[in-house]
Amino acid sequence: MEQQTFLNILPILIVSTTTIATIFVEAFYKRSDNLIYWLSIVSLILTLIYSILTINVQNLNFSNTLHSGGITNLFYFVLSLTSLLVIISARDYLLRAKYHHGEFYILIFSSLLGMMLMASSRDLILTFLGLELMSLSFYVLAGYNRKVLFNNEASLKYFLLGAFASGFLLYGIALIYGSAQTTNILLIVNEFNNLLLKPLFVLGLVLLLIGFSFKVASVPFHMWVPDVYEGSPTVVSALMSTAGKTAAFAALIISFYGSTTSQVNFEIVAKIISYLAIASMLIGSITAIAQTNLKRMLAYSSIAHAGYMLIGIASANKLGMSGVIFYLIVYSFMNVASFILISLMENDFEKRISLNDFIGLANTHPWYAAIMALMMFALSGLPPFGGFFGKYYVFLAAIKADLTYLAVIGVISSVISAYFYLRVVVYMYFRTNEERKDIFHTSADNFVLVLCTLFVLQLGITPNLVLDLITRFLP
Amino acid sequence: MIPDYLAEFFGNKFIGYLIAAALPLFLWILPYALYAVYAERKVSAFMQDRIGPNRVGPKGLFQTIADILKLIQKEDIVPASADKPLFVMAPYVIFAGTFAAFAALPFSSIYIGSNINLGVFYIMAVSSFSVVGILMAGWAGNNKYSLYGAMRSVAQIVSYEVPALLAIVSAVMVIGSLNLNEISEMQTAYFWNWWIFGGPVVGIKKFLLIIPMTIAFIIFFIASLAEVNRTPFDIPEAESELVAGFHTEYTGMKFAMFFLAEYGNMFVVSAISVSIFFGGWQSPFGYLGNSLGISWLIPVEQVFWFLFKGSLLVLVQMWLRWTLPRLRVDQLMTVCWKYLTPYAFINLVLIGIITLF
Amino acid sequence: MTLEQITFIILALIGLTSALMLIIQKNPVYSVLLLILHFFALAGFYLLLNAQFIAVLQILVYAGAIMVLFVFVIMLLNLSNEEALKDPFNLRKIIASIFGVVLILQFGVFFFIKAKDDLNVTISPNSIEAGSIKKISEVLFSTYLIPFEVTSFILLVGIIAAIVLAKRKFE
Repeated sequence: MEQQTFLNILPILIVSTTTIATIFVEAFYKRSDNLIYWLSIVSLILTLIYSILTINVQNLNFSNTLHSGGITNLFYFVLSLTSLLVIISARDYLLRAKYHHGEFYILIFSSLLGMMLMASSRDLILTFLGLELMSLSFYVLAGYNRKVLFNNEASLKYFLLGAFASGFLLYGIALIYGSAQTTNILLIVNEFNNLLLKPLFVLGLVLLLIGFSFKVASVPFHMWVPDVYEGSPTVVSALMSTAGKTAAFAALIISFYGSTTSQVNFEIVAKIISYLAIASMLIGSITAIAQTNLKRMLAYSSIAHAGYMLIGIASANKLGMSGVIFYLIVYSFMNVASFILISLMENDFEKRISLNDFIGLANTHPWYAAIMALMMFALSGLPPFGGFFGKYYVFLAAIKADLTYLAVIGVISSVISAYFYLRVVVYMYFRTNEERKDIFHTSADNFVLVLCTLFVLQLGITPNLVLDLITRFLP
Repeated sequence: MIPDYLAEFFGNKFIGYLIAAALPLFLWILPYALYAVYAERKVSAFMQDRIGPNRVGPKGLFQTIADILKLIQKEDIVPASADKPLFVMAPYVIFAGTFAAFAALPFSSIYIGSNINLGVFYIMAVSSFSVVGILMAGWAGNNKYSLYGAMRSVAQIVSYEVPALLAIVSAVMVIGSLNLNEISEMQTAYFWNWWIFGGPVVGIKKFLLIIPMTIAFIIFFIASLAEVNRTPFDIPEAESELVAGFHTEYTGMKFAMFFLAEYGNMFVVSAISVSIFFGGWQSPFGYLGNSLGISWLIPVEQVFWFLFKGSLLVLVQMWLRWTLPRLRVDQLMTVCWKYLTPYAFINLVLIGIITLF
Repeated sequence: MTLEQITFIILALIGLTSALMLIIQKNPVYSVLLLILHFFALAGFYLLLNAQFIAVLQILVYAGAIMVLFVFVIMLLNLSNEEALKDPFNLRKIIASIFGVVLILQFGVFFFIKAKDDLNVTISPNSIEAGSIKKISEVLFSTYLIPFEVTSFILLVGIIAAIVLAKRKFE
C-alpha cells in the first residue's frame, strides 16, 4: 500500500484518529470536556478543508472497497459540516442539562465515521458495517441523558427497531451475494441487467431497500421516527435527522446509481421506490398537521422529506440523483437550524417545545423568530429559499422520467405541509402572550444559526453553483 | 493411524472411526479419573501431614473403585422442585463438552481422534460448552447455592477464556499451526526443541523466545486453572460458602459424572499445555525404540510420554489446590481483567515483534 | 443417500425443531437453551459447507459466550411469569398473522418455484481450502482490511456505549 492510499482516505483517518484520541484524553485528563470540544472542532475543520482540497482526486482504494474524492468528498463535507454545527451548539445545550461529558463527542465522532464510510464504501459489507457503526452510536446518543426516562425510551425503541432493520439489510446483502457472487457494488452494477433476471437478486435488492428505507425514515418503516426524534436530546435529533439521513441516502444512491445508465431495466425497483415515496410524502405531511409538539412535527416533516428525496431515486436519472444530493445539503442546514432553535427554547430537558411556547416569539426575540420563520418557509419549499430548489430538481427529474404522477403528488403534499410549517410562523407573529419567555442564547448558537441561514439563502439564490458541482462529480 | 487401521479391520469407515473415537474414554479417561481422585486425596493427605485413604487394597489403591461402587448403589434423587429434564441432562452435557475436547488431542503420532486443522481452537470452543451444562445444573437444582455456584462459574469461565485464548494465540503466532499433532511433530528430538524453550527455531530468536513463551505458558496455566474451577479459583464450588456449588443437589452416578468431567477437564487443559509448550508426545531424550531398533515401541513410548507429561501437570494442579487459599470473587475478576489480560496482550505484541525478525 | 445428506437432514431437523420449540416454549430458560442447540445445528451446517473455522467460531462465540450471557441475564431477571405478559387476541394480531402467513407463502413460492435454479449450487472442491483459517486471514487482511478495521471500531463503540449507559456515576 502506497502513501497515496492513505492520503486519499485522510478524512476517514482524521475522524477515526480523533475518536481514539478523544478516548485517551477522556481517560487520562481530568478536566477534559473543553479540551475535547475544541479538539473535535479542530479536527472537523481539518476534515472539511481537506475534503474540499482533494475533491478532484478520484480514487478507489483497498481493493475497490473505498472510494475517495469527487462525490464522496462532497458527502464528507456535508456530513462533517453538519456534525460541526451540531457539536458547536451542543455544548451549551448539554451544559444547561448538566450532562456535558466527553463521551458525547466520542459517540458523535464514531457515528460520523460510520456515516462517512457509508458514503464512501463501494462494497456492501463495508456499507453494512458503516451503517451499524452509525446506528450503534445513534442508539446510545438517543439515550444519552439516561436520567431522563424519555431518552431511555427513545433509545430502546430505536435500538429494537433498528436492529430489526439491520437484519433485513444483512439478509438482503446475503441474498445479493448469493446471486452475484460478489459484494462489490461496482461489479454488481456492471452485471445489473443479468442479475435482475435472477429472482434471488431481486429479493435481495428489495430487502436491501427495506433496510435503507428504515434508516432514511420512509413509510412504512417510519414508526420509530417521531418517538425517537422527540425523545432524544434535541441536538442529537438534529444530527440524526440530517447527517443520518444524508448517509443513508448516500448509500442508497451509490447502491442504485447503476440505474441511471439507460440500458438498465430498473422498472421493478423504481416502482417499489415510488410507492414508498408516495406513502411517505402523504402520511408524513398529513400526520404532521395533528402535531403540537414541534419535535414531533419536525419528525413527521422529516418523513415527508424522505418521500420527496425518494422521488429523485425512483426517477433513476442523473438529474434525480444530483437533485437528491442537493436536497440533502439544503435539508441538513434547514433542519439543523430548526432543531437548534427548538433546543434554545428548552429550559430543561424536553420542556417548552410545544407550539404554544412559540406564541409571541416575534415580540420578545425578533431575530430568532425571523430565523425560525425563514427555516419554516424553506422547509415548506417556498421560493427563493434553498428548499424550493431541492424539491424543484427532484420533481423535474420525475417529470423527465415519465413519473409525472410522483411530481403531482409531491406538489400536493407540499401544499398540505405548508399548513403546519406556516402555522408556526402564525403562532410566532400573529398571536401574543403576556408572559415573556427567556431564550438560552449563546454566541455559539447564534453563530451556527447565522451560518445555516446564510447557507439556506445562498443555496436558494445561486443553486446552480452547487448543482453543477454535484453533477460534475457524479460519474 | 489407528482410526484408519480400525476402519480397515472392520471393513466400514463409520464403525472403525466410532470405535477409535471411543478409545480414549475407555482406555484413558475412566482409569485416569479413578486414580486422579485417589492421587488428589493422597496429595492432600501428604500436604496436611495425614495418611489419606489406606484401607481398601494396598495403600488404599482401590479406594475410588469402592467409592464408585457405592455411588452406583446410591439412590438417584431428583429434588421435587427441580426442573427435571434439565436436571437430568446437565451432567451429560458437561461431560460431552469434556469428552469432545479429547477428539483433537494427539495421544501419539499414530493416534489422534480427529486430525483437524483447527485443533486448539476447536478444543477451546467445545470446552466452553460445558459452561452451558454448568448453568443447566445450577438452575435446574432450584437451590440458591447451586445457582450462585453456576453464576460464579460461568462468569469465571467466560472471563478467563480471554487470557487463555490470548496466550495460546501468542504461542500459535510463532508456531504457525493450530493442529496439535503438527505442533507436537515440530518439537522433535530433544527437550530443548520444546516451544517453551523457543522451539526448533535457529539462531538468537530461539533465546529471545524463551521468556515470552514461558510467560504465555504461565498465563495459560493460570487461566486454565480458572477454567476448570480449580483452587485458587474454585469459588463456584467453594464448600465453605456454597455447600458444593452447582452440583449441590446431585447424588449417585450423576454426581460421579461431574467428577469425571472435572478430572477430564483437568487433563484436557494439561494436555493442551503439554502439546503446545512441552513437546506433546515427543520424548525429551530420544526414543528407546530407535536405539533398540523396535519400531512398534516408538508409538507406545509416545503415548507414555504424552500421558506422563499430562499427568504431571495434573499433579501440579493438585499441588496448587492444597497449597493456595481461595480468591474472592472481586479478586478473581481483578486478576483476570487487570493483570492476566493486559499481560497477555503485551506478550502477544512482544512475540509478534520477535517473529518479525 | 450419502452420509452428507443424512447428516444434513438430521441437522436440519434439529435446527428447525429447536427454532420452533424456542418460539413456542413458555419457559425463557428453555428457550435460550434451545437457541444454543439451534446454534449447534448451524455450526454443523457450516461444517458441511467446509467452513470449519466459522463453525468453530459459531460454537465459541455464540453457543459459548453470547448465549451464556443470555442465560445469565434471564436467570437473574427471573422471568418466570411469561403468561402475564401475554396480550389478548386482538385485531392487530389477526392482521399481523395474516401478513405473516402471506410472507411465509411468498418466500416458499419464491425459493421452491421461482428461484429453484439459483439455489442449485454445487460445493466446489476448493472450498475446503477456502474455509481454512489461513485463507480466511489472508482475505481478511488484504481485500477486507477496511471492513475488518471498522469491525474493531464497532466493538469499541459497543464498549463506550456500555459505559455511557451503565456507568454508575459520572463525576
